[in-house]
Amino acid sequence: MSDFINNFWSVYVAVAVVASIVACALLLWLTARGQAPTGDDNTTGHVWDGDLREANNPMPRWWMGLFVLTIVFGVGYLIAYPGLGAYAGKLGWSTSGEYQKDTRAAELALEPVYARFAAMPTEVLAGDGAAMAIGERLFLNNCAQCHGSDARGSKGFPNLTDTDWLHGGTPDKIIETITKGRIGEMPPMAAAVGTPDDVKNLAQYVLSLSGRATDSLRAGLGKSKFGVCAACHGVGGVGQQAVGAPRLNDDTWLHGFGEDAIVAMINNGKHNVMPPQEGRLSAAQINVLAAYVWGLSNKPAAAAP
Amino acid sequence: MRARPSQAPAEDTARGPAALGRARRKVIPIAAVSGGLYAAHRKIYPRSISGRFSMLRWWMVAATQLVFYGLPWLQWGQRQAVLFDLGARRFYLFGLVLYPQDLIYLTGLLVVSALSLFLFTAVAGRLWCGYTCPQTVYTEIFMWVEQKIEGSRIARMRLDGEALSMEKLVKKWFKHLVWLGIALWTGFSFVGYFTPIRELGMEFLQTRMGSWEVFWVFFYGFATYGNAGFMREQVCTYMCPYARFQGAMFDRDTLIVSYDVARGEPRGLAKKGEPAPGYGDCIDCDLCVQVCPTGIDIRNGSQYECIGCGLCVDACNTVMQRIKKPAGLVRYATQNGMAGRWTPAQVWRRVARPRVLIYTAVLAALCIGLMASLVARSTFKVDVVRDRGSLAHLVAGGRLENVYRLQIMNATERVQRYRVSAEGLAGLSTEPAQDIAVDPAASRWVAVRVQAPFDAAAPGAHPIRFVVQQDEGAARIVEQTTFIVPR
Repeated sequence: MSDFINNFWSVYVAVAVVASIVACALLLWLTARGQAPTGDDNTTGHVWDGDLREANNPMPRWWMGLFVLTIVFGVGYLIAYPGLGAYAGKLGWSTSGEYQKDTRAAELALEPVYARFAAMPTEVLAGDGAAMAIGERLFLNNCAQCHGSDARGSKGFPNLTDTDWLHGGTPDKIIETITKGRIGEMPPMAAAVGTPDDVKNLAQYVLSLSGRATDSLRAGLGKSKFGVCAACHGVGGVGQQAVGAPRLNDDTWLHGFGEDAIVAMINNGKHNVMPPQEGRLSAAQINVLAAYVWGLSNKPAAAAP
Repeated sequence: MRARPSQAPAEDTARGPAALGRARRKVIPIAAVSGGLYAAHRKIYPRSISGRFSMLRWWMVAATQLVFYGLPWLQWGQRQAVLFDLGARRFYLFGLVLYPQDLIYLTGLLVVSALSLFLFTAVAGRLWCGYTCPQTVYTEIFMWVEQKIEGSRIARMRLDGEALSMEKLVKKWFKHLVWLGIALWTGFSFVGYFTPIRELGMEFLQTRMGSWEVFWVFFYGFATYGNAGFMREQVCTYMCPYARFQGAMFDRDTLIVSYDVARGEPRGLAKKGEPAPGYGDCIDCDLCVQVCPTGIDIRNGSQYECIGCGLCVDACNTVMQRIKKPAGLVRYATQNGMAGRWTPAQVWRRVARPRVLIYTAVLAALCIGLMASLVARSTFKVDVVRDRGSLAHLVAGGRLENVYRLQIMNATERVQRYRVSAEGLAGLSTEPAQDIAVDPAASRWVAVRVQAPFDAAAPGAHPIRFVVQQDEGAARIVEQTTFIVPR
């Protein structure tokens, strides 16, 4: 137990606990020896309301037995379990250990549920009602925070229901993305492009790639600067899934549409992260989850009965 | 602390010479006269008695135990009729499926129980303690077993005093065996409310019960064995908080077990059928003390140990019949009734006093309200959570979209289909448009997208409503939320 910043508090807690137990034992021992101050009529001599007298009504002795038992239990507990400051206890019990035990137990309990799905190809799995009910829950619990409950994403977070894939939309690629996570890196390119005016021209060219109405003069000037972009985004902005470079010649704009958004992207670059899920989700869970995501934009095959 | 000493001295003198009364009264020590703070336990051997109140007690034992032992075995359709499935967080009560969200019914039930306790206690004292409390009921059952095996009060006292013999050993072992059997069956029935009892029985027979089930069966069984076999009246006198605060609900018109001092004192033995001069009706036979399960003498007046079981009433009436005196020297009476020598009709007239009427009115209102809300309760529940990741976005066709998560909880035991729609802004549409199926007694989260035309409303948050309609039946739920229009 290392919850204390310095050793003083550990000692303080331990001393307070031990002192309390000793005090309880002492109190018990003293009262067991004591005598109740009673007169001949077994009352204390106190009278209220004229006739209400306090009789000596001793506590049954078995109560004292219970008190002794609680003290014995307390001492035993403090030896076995953590409770005395930083002392960890003989049994080595800890809440994080309990958590890990529970997690393992839950995984074991879930194994038979996922066993049926392991042998299914993703295309078939995506058509399985039971698997997709699980997939939906996994998605809502683990993915919806960024990609939205409807998986349609938002600015900076890709839409998973369309056919546009940054890193590839095959089942294997989806599993890889979920397992290992992804980093979308676009370095600031302003210095390589040239003057701010060049950057604006380039932005106009990029806009023209998706067939938008643009300033054709500026776009023409910008085209010559696109060479540095084509290294990743490909000639004509067709994109490159191997490095996660998005297509620029379609209508999907992950980080915002329009000249200003594109200029900002060229100037500042972007560092986009999807965290890896391995360690948080089991391989079997990722398998089902990938099938669910795949199924959002593909028509699943009929599940085998 | 003991309660007030028995009676007012004025009543003493009304019957005969005061000196005679005092001299002849047998003094019963009200507590062990050791000077220490702890006293050794004094074992009580209650004598068995038959009569009106002991019959009533047995009927209550039969009724409560029939319910307790019997209920888990009832089936309702494919499942146990009454099952508190803590693991799945579903409570099944016959046709009813309760969710954790229905906790309000438990609250209502507890308030009803508390008010019932107030009402019954105000009218007739510790009825709960004397007739229905599990402590009383199991003690009664255990004492019955004890009496069948070890014999009457005298026989039991003699047996305990004897040196160990074969007979004693056999009797004691047999008694504890029966006790343990009842106790374990009680523990088993208790766990049967939380785990299907038939499966539990099979698991038990095949010795493959879960460790928690084993723990609770034995824990509850052990508690029954210890409380009903050994602790008995000590639970009531030293542990039970009810015993302490029920006195606060009494008033001078509460029916309590009382000894008619004016009629009984001075005590003494009168010849059968002949009224002895100077003596009251109490012949000091001590029977009322011998039958008392908490070991008190009711003639000392009202005491907190008295659980109001009325066994002393039965005992005294038996004696009164034998000596040909009217019954009721010890009886259920109110303090006012006793002091004013009221007839039963006069006593009953005082039942309708403000305290009782208010308790009754509140209790009735609560029961009716609880029943009505159970009947009118929807067969499903809906929870709406707006997606926080993105507030709103534009989608194809220039429409504005907000995304919500709806949790639909199906409180029936069939698969149900629900249709979701939204209203509150012109031109709202929802996706998915098809029905949402939810499994029996299950809940499901679904993502619902709501779209509005681009110019449907000014930028900002607008209140809208989700209408969730059950496919079969007219049940529907309307939930408020907001639709956000971006700038």
